[in-house]
Amino acid sequence: MNRIEIDNDFCKGCHLCIAVCPQEVLEISKVRSGKGYLVPRVARVDDCTGCLQCEMTCPDLSITVIHDKGKKEADHA
Amino acid sequence: MHPLAEKMLRKSALPSIYCPGCGHGTVLNSFLRAVEKLGIYENMALVGGIGCSGWTPVFINTDTIHSLHGRAIAMATGLKLAQPKRKVVVFSGDGDCVAIGGNHFIHAARRNIDLTVVMLNNNIYGMTGGQVAPTTPYQARTQTSPRGNPEQPFDACELARAAGATYIARWTTAQPAQMAKAMREAIEHKGFSFVETVVQCPTQAGRYMYGTSSAVKLYEMLKDNSVKASKAGELTPEELTGKIVVGRLLQKTDRPEFTEGVYGLSDAKGA
Repeated sequence: MNRIEIDNDFCKGCHLCIAVCPQEVLEISKVRSGKGYLVPRVARVDDCTGCLQCEMTCPDLSITVIHDKGKKEADHA
Repeated sequence: MHPLAEKMLRKSALPSIYCPGCGHGTVLNSFLRAVEKLGIYENMALVGGIGCSGWTPVFINTDTIHSLHGRAIAMATGLKLAQPKRKVVVFSGDGDCVAIGGNHFIHAARRNIDLTVVMLNNNIYGMTGGQVAPTTPYQARTQTSPRGNPEQPFDACELARAAGATYIARWTTAQPAQMAKAMREAIEHKGFSFVETVVQCPTQAGRYMYGTSSAVKLYEMLKDNSVKASKAGELTPEELTGKIVVGRLLQKTDRPEFTEGVYGLSDAKGA
């Protein structure tokens, strides 16, 4: 299973990651970060295909998708 | 924090100054991916202009100049001539690149100097409060054109093509993987390479021009309005109105490069 890490210290709550995910893995949580932004939450990690759309779109580089084979670097780019 | 950010970003400058949902961060993200893939982190120099876009290189922990408004390409030209082995990348906004620095831009393209210019086009002067820019669409409402913009916008890619650039690509933040690939190709390309990245600006362009401050809606707008360059030829000019033609628009190697020419001439005279 892939793992998704979200760094709440850098997230600004734009929710682009939620919009780009084709599998609707992420959703808006009810938790506010230290700066008052509503941060996203990993809701359905089983559905994650590791396409890295969220990771590549994140303007604050606060999402990291770790593939299940321990592969951390993106194949894209 | 992402491992690439851990490796390359200045921690003291984070979190970035960008508004929530600003597309400039996605461009920074794509650029870090391109640099990682090329392995040029130790051998590059970045130049930024003024404005939101000029901050992009400042976040990267490498040799950086945050230069004068519009003069980013002029500074980069000097830097490239002094240290020809460096990979020099310029980050410039739409106002910075084609309005205030328009002359530097066309002359760098004319010389075909081996620079990579990444233009972050948000269709407006974002940092100063939403004034009309040379890339603002016709009849768009901004702070300085409340009854609609009476001016026709610039197509920066066509300007670069006419001035003599040898690599041109355009992508939006809705295609981050392709954007990273274009930046990689642009940095590898020998000669003046120009990558236009169309980004969303929720705070200024979004609120006044498009009527929404939602980054997600602006992102969807960019995605829906993107047309691949290979398919754009089939469409009529009317159908292309308001569309963004994306893709690699030009790549050629037939023009001589400026830095090589300068050093070649001085070597020939024994200087």
